[in-house]
Parts: sequence; C-alpha cells; structure tokens
Amino acid sequence: MHDLAALTPLSATEPRIERIGAIRIVEVTDRSLASLTCRSGKSRPFEAAAKALFGGALPAPGAWFEGAPFSLIWTGPEQWFVEASFATHEDIARILKEPFGDAASVTEQTDGWVRFDLEGTPVVDMLERLCPVPSRRMKNDAATRTMIEHVGCLVLRRAADRFSVIAPRSFAGSLHHALCAAATSIA
Amino acid sequence: MIIPHPLLGPRDSQEFTYLGDADLIDRPDWQAENAADRFYEYLYLRDNPAGEHRELWFHEQGDRSWLVVTRDTVTHEISKVELARDVARARGRSK
Amino acid sequence: MSQSHRIDGGLIDRSRALHFRFNGKTYQGHPGDTLASALLANGVRLMGRSFKYHRPRGPISAGSEEPNALVELRSGARQEPNTRATTAELFDGLDARSQNHVGPLSFDLLAVNDRLSPFFAAGFYYKTFMWPKAFWEKLYEPMIRRAAGLGSLTKEADPDLYDKGFLHCDLLIIGGGPAGLAAALTAGRAGANVILADEDFVLGGRLNAETFTLGDASGSDWASATVAELAAMPNVRVMARTTVLGAFDHGIFGALERVSDHLLQPAAGKPRQILWRIYAGRSLLCAGATERPIAFENNDRPGIMLASALRSYANRWAALPGKEVAIFTNNDDGHRTATDLLAKGIKVAAVIDSRKTDAPRTNRYEVLAGALVSGASGRLGLSGVEVRLPGGETRTIACQALGVSGGWNPNVHLTCHQRGRPVWDEALAAFVPGGVLPAGMSVAGAAAGTLSTAGALSSGAAGAVKALADLGIRAKPADLPEAEDAPVRIAPLFHVPGKGRAWLDQQNDVTVKDVKLAHQEGYVSVEHLKRYTTLGMATDQGKTANIGGLAVMAEMTGKSIPETGTTIFRPPYTPVAIGALAGRSAGKDFRPTRLTPSHKWAAEQGAVFVEVGMWLRAQWFPRPGETHWRQSVDREVLATRKSVGICDVTTLGKIDVQGTDAAEFLNRIYANPFAKLAVGKVRYGLMLREDGMAMDDGTTARLAEDHFVMTTTTANAVGVYRHMEFCRQCLWPDMDVQIISTTEAWAQYSVAGPNARRLLQKIIDPAFDISNEAFPYMGCGEITVCGGLRARLFRISFSGELAFEIAVPTRYGDALIRRMVEAGKEFDAVVYGTEALGVMRIEKGHAAGNELNGTSTALNLGMGGMVSKKKDSIGSTLSEREGLNREDALGLVGFRPVNPAETFAAGSHLIGKGDVANAANDQGYLTSVCFSPNLGYTIGLGYLKNGAARKGEVLRAVNPVQNAETLVEVVSAHFVDPEGERLRA
Repeated sequence: MHDLAALTPLSATEPRIERIGAIRIVEVTDRSLASLTCRSGKSRPFEAAAKALFGGALPAPGAWFEGAPFSLIWTGPEQWFVEASFATHEDIARILKEPFGDAASVTEQTDGWVRFDLEGTPVVDMLERLCPVPSRRMKNDAATRTMIEHVGCLVLRRAADRFSVIAPRSFAGSLHHALCAAATSIA
Repeated sequence: MIIPHPLLGPRDSQEFTYLGDADLIDRPDWQAENAADRFYEYLYLRDNPAGEHRELWFHEQGDRSWLVVTRDTVTHEISKVELARDVARARGRSK
Repeated sequence: MSQSHRIDGGLIDRSRALHFRFNGKTYQGHPGDTLASALLANGVRLMGRSFKYHRPRGPISAGSEEPNALVELRSGARQEPNTRATTAELFDGLDARSQNHVGPLSFDLLAVNDRLSPFFAAGFYYKTFMWPKAFWEKLYEPMIRRAAGLGSLTKEADPDLYDKGFLHCDLLIIGGGPAGLAAALTAGRAGANVILADEDFVLGGRLNAETFTLGDASGSDWASATVAELAAMPNVRVMARTTVLGAFDHGIFGALERVSDHLLQPAAGKPRQILWRIYAGRSLLCAGATERPIAFENNDRPGIMLASALRSYANRWAALPGKEVAIFTNNDDGHRTATDLLAKGIKVAAVIDSRKTDAPRTNRYEVLAGALVSGASGRLGLSGVEVRLPGGETRTIACQALGVSGGWNPNVHLTCHQRGRPVWDEALAAFVPGGVLPAGMSVAGAAAGTLSTAGALSSGAAGAVKALADLGIRAKPADLPEAEDAPVRIAPLFHVPGKGRAWLDQQNDVTVKDVKLAHQEGYVSVEHLKRYTTLGMATDQGKTANIGGLAVMAEMTGKSIPETGTTIFRPPYTPVAIGALAGRSAGKDFRPTRLTPSHKWAAEQGAVFVEVGMWLRAQWFPRPGETHWRQSVDREVLATRKSVGICDVTTLGKIDVQGTDAAEFLNRIYANPFAKLAVGKVRYGLMLREDGMAMDDGTTARLAEDHFVMTTTTANAVGVYRHMEFCRQCLWPDMDVQIISTTEAWAQYSVAGPNARRLLQKIIDPAFDISNEAFPYMGCGEITVCGGLRARLFRISFSGELAFEIAVPTRYGDALIRRMVEAGKEFDAVVYGTEALGVMRIEKGHAAGNELNGTSTALNLGMGGMVSKKKDSIGSTLSEREGLNREDALGLVGFRPVNPAETFAAGSHLIGKGDVANAANDQGYLTSVCFSPNLGYTIGLGYLKNGAARKGEVLRAVNPVQNAETLVEVVSAHFVDPEGERLRA
C-alpha cells in the first residue's frame, strides 16, 4: 500500500460542499472512471462482455444509467464512460480490460475529471444560467456534453432536483466558481 | 445556428468547430501519378457557392463526431446532417 | 416642488413616495412611474439637448422608441449614459442628469451650434473637414470628438454582474399587449411551453394606456388578471422587463432581462441584467405599433409629443406636460387623445385635423378641419402653436402640450433581422411585415397591421393556434372579451411644408431640409440617404423618424413610398450594455483557468506563475534574497545541469491511442516512421499539416502492441486531438483505432540532471530497475512508486540532461512533488519553472512553439531527413514541393554574440554585414533568445537562409523596433552537450 495522500480536484484533503440558498454543490471524489470503446468489428464480443459485466444494454446516445457496481454514460459513438466506487475499483481500467480483452479499448479517466453534484429544487434555474442544454426537459437518464463558461462538461440528470456536472479536472476551480456564481444569482 | 446532430438531435452551433468543405474527405492517393497536383487541388482549390454547401463540423464540446452538414450559405438553412464517418465510407474510404 | 402636473387616476401607487434627483434637484414620484412620467408630473418638460444643434428637448414618446429624453443615470462607477427617461423605472434614490450641454440645461453654451445651423447641414463633415489634410488628425477630429456624443463614460470598471442564460420553449411570444396576452392564454392553456416577454415592467402594452374596456373590465384590469393566470401556469414563463433584441438563425433569439435596473443597486451576488439566448420552436411577434410624428417647423419644442404618448402619460401615469393641450392629427386616433384628456378635465384647446372632410365633428372640443400646425413657440418649453387654416390665414393657439398623431407604424423590426423586407400597406399608410420572415416566426396584432384591440386579441389567439399546430400541439383560441374594433381612418401626412427647420430624426438632428439637400446632391438610394444624412442611424434606429424621411424623399423624386424603398432593421431592437454581452466573462473570469497538480505546492513556495493558454504554470521559484527573475532562473538552470531539477510538465497534451491499427495510424499522422517502434520504447514524432508545414511535435510511447501514449505541445493539445479525430473518422474510417485525451488524468513531472536516476530510485519501488542498462534512453514502462502506486515512467529529455518523466494519477501529484523535493534534498535538487525549461531547451537546440510557428517545414527545422518517403503520411506529398525545398531554404541554427558582453532579442532579423537593413536583404530571423548561465552569454536559435552551411559566418541581428543591432556568429544549435552523452548516461 502506497503512502501518498490524495488531493481533491479543488486542491483540498476533503471534498468541498457548498450550500447557497436552496442549492448544494458537492465535489464528488469517491468515484473511479474509465472510458470503454468498442473496437472495430468487435461489437458482438463487446456487447456480450458488456451484458455479462453490466447486466443490461448499454445506454443509447444521450443517455446514461446508474447501476451497481458500474454506472455507464454514453459519451460518443461506440464510447462509454464507466463509473464505479473508488474504494473498491481504484484500478478500474484494469478491472474492465480483463473481461473485454481485445473487444474494447479501455483508458483510465478517474483523475482526468472533476464531478460536482448539484442538488436542490431550483437546480434547473441554475443550469439555465450555465449551459445551452434543455436541462428542464432532460429525463432522469439523460447525459450530454456541453459547455459551461467555456469549459467542456458532461451534464447528467439524476433526479428532478439533482444533476451532475463532470468536467476536465484542471478546470475544477474555475468551474466551481461559475457554479457558485450561478447558484448565488438564482438564490 | 442549430445543427441537428444525427445522434443527439438539435445542438447549438457554439458546441461545434468548423473546418470547411466536405471534399476534404476525398484525400488523394499519394501514389497516384499526378499525386502532387491532386494534393494541391485537394488542399487549396475550393468552390465557394452562394447556396447549398456540404461542410465539415466537429462536435468538439459534444460527442466528438465529425459531421457533414449540408447548409445553404445564403439562408443558413440546414437540409441534411450526416456522420462524416458514414459519408467517408460511402465515398469509398476505408483504411 | 410638488407634483404640479399630476392628475387623478393612473396605475401608480400613490401610497408611497419615491424621492429622486434630476440635475441636482430633488423631486417626488410614485412606484409605477418612469423617470419621464415623474418629471412631467413635476412640471419638468425639458430633459436634454440634441446631438448636433444642442436644441432643448423633452420626451416625444412614452416608450423605448424615445429619441430625445436621453439621460445619465446613477453616479460613480454605475453611471450609465444615454438611458431613455421614458423607460427608466423610477426608484427611491434615483439620480439622473441631462446630457450634452455645457453649463446649465436651460442655458447650454453649445447651443450656438443651433445659430450656426446653415453650416451644419447634411454632409457638413464630409465637405468641410477635407482640407488641409494635415488638420484632420490634429485639429478637426479631436474637436469633433469633444463636441460629439451624448452622455459621458465614467471610465471606471462596471461594478455590477451580468448573467447569461439559456431558455427553451415551444412558443416565444414577443410583446405582452392584447395580441401577446391572447396568444399566451391560448398556448398556455394548451399545455405548450411558452415564454412571454415584454420590455415594459408592467405587461399589457396599450391596454394600460387606453380607456377602453375589455368585456366588463378596464384594459389594465384584464391585462393584470390575464398575467396572473399565466404566471400560475407551470408551462408559461412570463418575463417582464425583458426586451427581445434580435431574431437569429433557426429560432434563436437574444433577449435582455433588466433584473435590477429598477433598484438602486443589485443585491449582493445578483445580476443587474441577464442576456438570454432563447431557443424557440416557433415565435409570435406581438410587438405592437409605434405612432409617428408629423414634421413641422420647430416641432421639437419640449411639450410636443406623440398624441398616444400624451394619452399614456395621462391615463397610465396621471401626468401631463401642460395644462392646456392641443392635438395635431391626420387620423382618427388623435381624437382619442382629445376625448381621454377631456374626460380627465383637461382643457383641449383645439384638435387640428389635416383632413378637410374626413375629420370627425364634435361639440366637445374645437376641431380645425383641414388645418395644419405650421410652427411652435417656446424655446425651452412649448407655449403655443401656429396653425395654418384651410383658407390660408393663420391662428395662434396657446398650449403647453401638443399631441401629434401621424398614424401608426407596425413594429416590424424583428421580421427584418433575417433580411426580410416589409411591404407598404396603402390602407394603413405604413409598412407591414412582408416577404420571408425569420424561420418559425409569425406576426399578430398591431405588429401585423391589425390595429384595433379586438383584432389584436383575435389575431394573437389565432396566431398561437397556428404556430402550435406546426409543432403538432393542438390548441383552441382562448375565450376573448368584447373589445374596441374601430377601423383605421387616415390621410397620409408626413410633414407640413414651410421655410423653417422641421425635424424628422430628433436624435440625430436630421431635418426635412437635410433630406431635400441629399436629394439635390444626387442621392437616390434610401441606404445612401440614410448614411449621408444619418437619418435613422442613432441609437433608436429611427423608430419614429424613418418613414418621415422616406416620405420626403418620395415626394422629391415623385415616386410613391414603396417605390422609393425602405431600409431594414438589424439587432439589437434597443441598445444593449457591453457588460451584458460580456456576461461573466470579464476581468479574471474572462476565460477559465487550468491549474496543474503541483499548483498548490508551487503557490506555497511563492512561485511566479505565467499563463500558457488557459494553464497557469510556475514560471520560476524565487528564493529569499533573489530580487531579479534572472537570478532565480539562472540558479534553477545551473542546479539542474549540475545535479537535478524537477518540473511539472502535466500541461503537455496526452492522448491515449489504442487499437490493432494504432501503430499504422501513428505512422500516417507523423512524418517519421512509427510502425516498428518497439513496446517499451518512446520516439520523437514530427506531425505535419497537409501543406507540409510542421503542426506539432512530441514523443509517443508504446506501452503495448496496441496501446500508445502520445504527447503534444501544451498549446496544440486541442488542435492535434481534433486533427486526429478528423483523420480517424473522415480519412480512414475503417481503421481500428480509438483515441481519448488523458492530459489531466496523470500528474507528470520531469526529473532532469545527472542525479535524476538517484533521486528517482528513492521514489520508485525497488522491484523496478531503472539503471541505464535496464531502462535506457527512450525507454518507457509502467511502474509503481512509494509502495505500490501505479505510475508511468518515460526516459525522455527536453533539457539535454539525463532525464525521466514520471506520471502518477493526478490526485497524488501534490504528494509526489513534495516527496521528490524531500528525496532530492541530499542532491540539492531544485524545482524549476517554464523559464528555466526554456533556457535549457534553447541551450540544447530543441525546437518549441517559437520555431513551430506555422510557416516552418521539417527541412527548415533541420529534420528534413525524418520525413519518410516510403509511406503515406499527412503532409508528406506537399512537403516535396519545389518551393519548400530550395537550396537557400531557411534552416534552424544557433547564434551567439561576437562580443559576449552584448545581447540581442528574439524577432531580430539577420542582415549581412555590409547590407542595408531592409526586406530585400533579409536573410532570416531569430526565434528564441535567452541568456545561457552555463555559457555566460546570450544565445539564440533562428532561421537563416541555407543556415546549416553557414556556421562561423558573422551577421547583424537587427532589431528596428528597439533600434538595436548586434553582431552575431552562426553556430550549431546545440550549445550544450552536442554529442548527447549526458542524456544517454
């Protein structure tokens, strides 16, 4: 077991939780992430491995689903992000590569991203100040990439009052600032 | 503008990066006899129509698909959007 | 002063008094007032001075079309010029000032311009300031600039926040008058997603300004009840104080919501305004109509206003510009004003109706049928009008207010934003929407030329039904109340002939004479007329002026108005503050900032940071006692070359490339061969654009047969990734290759210097042998560090020293640099920044961004031999072009000063010793220059014609910008360790 201490994307030892009006902005650091891409001509073994491992069909374009231990997000043609608990799946890329073998390309993405969960009744009002996606119309299984204050982000809806924004990790500070500003605006 | 993405539906053109004429898909054969001339034409000579134009757009802040968008350069009306990969295959490109 | 001109009634809240100041004087108004209505209620008609002639002016309208009553609001950093008093909502503590005068408003020294008006006619500037040429810059322009303009800027930063936002709807209804409210009711009750936007702070449009009833209710009561019903619908968003500014492509609209303009200052953290981007499936323009004036001599006297504005002030705001009122009209609507004012007990001196036979007759007020108003008196405020009776005799009528009604112009502006051209409607004597409207837009109510209230209601409801039907949503028209349905009766009249100046465009001071002059001088096209006279080119876009100008032009040419043409409108509908367009992207939030994994640690060390693209990178790390950046940088360079230095290189782009065709893919996008790179090895790669110019370079490591990790330069990471996706999807769609960025997933540090291995051996777990034999130069592998953390190690060197790059998952990057610094103490390790990195790469002769400048080929870079001719790769064919392969092509070489004490600058051009320093004698230029602490003098890299063959030659490095010149000697670009022994150690 190594002895290096981790920092969160916001450069702290503990994840940040911000409460602004009826909105909570939570820095989520206990999830691991990998990209999973089907290789050319390998859709049959790929789907078989996916079914065995995830227990269902892969999410369609613009969709995601929450499962245990794996959640899946469609990110592009033949490409998904796979999310799992960091505590049990820190080495998620290796864990996925084994069952998929040559049928998939797998790349570790855990620390490439920062995830903020946005919670609260007015969360859609807040997103309307941030990004062009029709957040009000998004279903609870919808996930899409878009831009927030010049930062390319994945926006997922989890519930009527709960979204996740997943963005490249180095932008964490700027994005957090933008989220807090929007929450203050609508508070 | 709004680009109707074949997989994701209507998307704001802000999310895209523009490249240019979709003929850039037709990269010449480097071993052709007149390869130098063909590459020159491929890279530098473009039609500039006032009207229907097939052009390449990259969904950079989206799913990273290259799209071929058929757009009227006068009215901005978009009549067709295809995945560039499908267009490339239909034009005989492979490996 | 009391509210001397306040009458009974109105939609103001008299239970509360609001105190405000105008030109330093304190007044009172009420909630519901605008600044203009409150000033009028206090007997103030004079609100500003005109643009060119400094004529005294008061409001002519009661809305956003106002050309005259432009004022400065607030003070200090919040001071805002050119705000329309007619739309500024009154609040307690409002501080307003008139603009564009020297001295008091009532005695403006610049009003001398008015006396000099014969000299200031249309085209004055074009004709006058032509000669002598030299006077333009020094005399004319500064003088004009001082005199021109209306309000002034504070030049202080705007302290307020502006938001942007994005809304989606099925139906956007623009305007909340009778048509818009009926449409919203219809669509809202059908369950459609509706946005109803209106620029006013109270919805209802003319319903709030008229005395008609809708069914049993007053217009304003019906409007407020309807708004209340709409506001309760979850599918309807009612947006007051929101101006739809522009109609853009594909149903996108821009709208400005003034969230806090009616407050003294916005609440903490709240925006002052929000610029919305609205995505609408369909849109219904219900923008109403604007009344237009009739021009006559001195028709700009304060107190002369549109008849409908007079009615609005009386009915909605219970304010009057004068106790005695006259009306000048060419249509029946002018009589409504007279009737309404009479009902309020106001004295109507006369109604001057230009129609001889069609003028309604009444015994309630005097009607002068077939008469014209030919002049007005009262310089600072109207005192009377001169009327020319049908028989030719004149009569003077005393009045302090004159309402003028020249007919109504439908507000077609947004229908023109996609180049739609309005068409002339003979019956209305006005332009109505025509031709091709913006996609998905339809028009209802007065904006469509349906000027009666009943017509507006029913066309609004019908418009909504039709728009929703296009979207597959079934709706039935809302039940609508009985309403006024009077026909339009008008006899077109745009100006009264006369000798004096009659004003068409009051904001830009354009008169009937100016238009005539333009015609005399040969201007035929309305577009030229507009630009020559500046008619309609002020901030109001000529909402009340354009048609008058057009009519005069038509009269001069003997054509009809539609034959003469019309100009069209462009966004924004009303002016927008730059701050609103910028939104949150201001100051340090202009763009986002990216932080490296070692940022927190570096900040603790007092590092100086530099922006590299969006990244903040440590530039150098000052130590106590170091007062100049060079001291820090020299120390970092020397210590690294002597022992070991650490540098955060996370910002370099990292792209994961996998698939069975990954090797072949890299072979095609790099100019040099990659197919045979062994697993566990790294190779330098040069990427060309298709035109043969260098695009980017970097190293690529092969982690497995079907797995590579590519690095790009920091600046080009995004562009290279996009290019690779283009190649993968568009050029070779069947290749089995998958790519994804992993730039931020790994914290990557360069560890360089003779002691680099010894330092890393303290970090890397002992199971991994990193000796030169086991892990030679250009090796790579997956390792573990610090007791089992997965990591990657690359033996690559940018500095020319024995060097490694080590990568760990980003969250551990902070801990790793702390650990390495600790482990490096025994070697006197330093951490170095981008400046030292740059010095060492120049010393080593490595090309970077300055050399890969978009115009350099592989040959220029001295890498011509790397471009494989045995394979197809991007850029290989066109890089063989003759012109790129001339014998005297630029080649990258090193330079040093002949006299080591001298220095020179990057960007200097290379000129032969005896040659004149001009473009013809240019032999190349310096790209990168630094002081080399190892050599003790300035060194540089640069491109020189046929450079490789010219070592030892002496040239001049000429820097005309700083007027400097240095003799330099051409040397090898490899200043340090040219044999490369150190990096293989």
